[in-house]
Amino acid sequence: MRARVFITPKKGVLDPQGKAVEQSLHTLGFPEAQDVHLGKYVEMSLVGISPDEARRRTDEMCRRLLANGVIEDYRFEIEA
Amino acid sequence: MRWGVVTFPGSNDDHDALHVLGHVLGETAVPLWHKDRDLKGVDCVILPGGFSYGDYLRCGALARFSPVMESVRAFADAGGFVIGICNGFQVLCEAGLLPGALIRNRGLRFVCTWVHLRLEETETPFTCRATRGEVLSMPIKHGEGCYVADPATLDQLERNHQVVLRYVDPSGRATTEANPNGALNNIAGIINEHRNVLGLMPHPEHAVEKFLGGEDGVKFFQSLRAAVTEGASRRAASLVPGP
Repeated sequence: MRARVFITPKKGVLDPQGKAVEQSLHTLGFPEAQDVHLGKYVEMSLVGISPDEARRRTDEMCRRLLANGVIEDYRFEIEA
Repeated sequence: MRWGVVTFPGSNDDHDALHVLGHVLGETAVPLWHKDRDLKGVDCVILPGGFSYGDYLRCGALARFSPVMESVRAFADAGGFVIGICNGFQVLCEAGLLPGALIRNRGLRFVCTWVHLRLEETETPFTCRATRGEVLSMPIKHGEGCYVADPATLDQLERNHQVVLRYVDPSGRATTEANPNGALNNIAGIINEHRNVLGLMPHPEHAVEKFLGGEDGVKFFQSLRAAVTEGASRRAASLVPGP
């Protein structure tokens, strides 16, 4: 199984990187790009556990290490 | 009084802290290794500045799982004194020993400069020998020093008098211009609810010798020494059997 985790800045938390990238996109002629946010992408193989366990344990990984709940949101996909 | 300074892989202000405590202030200061669980009987643990574990994932996120941090957590829970400076502040927030988080500076740039700071609280063991409202000068050097917390936490910090230091202009006003990193409420340093864990982005250990730019940082170390010494003598007095 393969897990793909997406970590993004929480709504309302200052995201100066997103702002800077958005401005650069506008400068390059992409004014349609709005509300740009930069996050992190984590992928990993999950070995020796069931799909249910995979979801539960990936969620736990996110809560305990991969994302900081004070400033970040996360979501993930599990692929068989 | 006995001080301990933790070295994580990537710490780079650990020896500055050991130098200031041992050579300048004449204190007993011992190095603590990140793999050790033994805190060597210290009265205060300092988590120094630097880039622990390369700042991978998030600043301070990996250091919090070091063996030494289990001991630091137990030590803090039992009322032991902990100071997190710069990266150490980030580690304390990631470990949940202090609320909130430190994110990328508003200007996206690493900031290395001396700043003015207003001392907001003297009812703490780390600042009891300083004067409330005085403007201190200390250096900062960080890329992720923008303090954030949700509105409820921020409100609680302010109401409980847990904001210890604020970025201000030379006359002591907390303006947007005086804020080097975009920190909410110009927050530069906070203390936990039990007032034994302090985290701050400015470097008191770099402001202890005049020829290096200033001596305001010494107030934090002297305050804590006074608090610990007085606490010890009070405890000793309470052990003296009555008539």
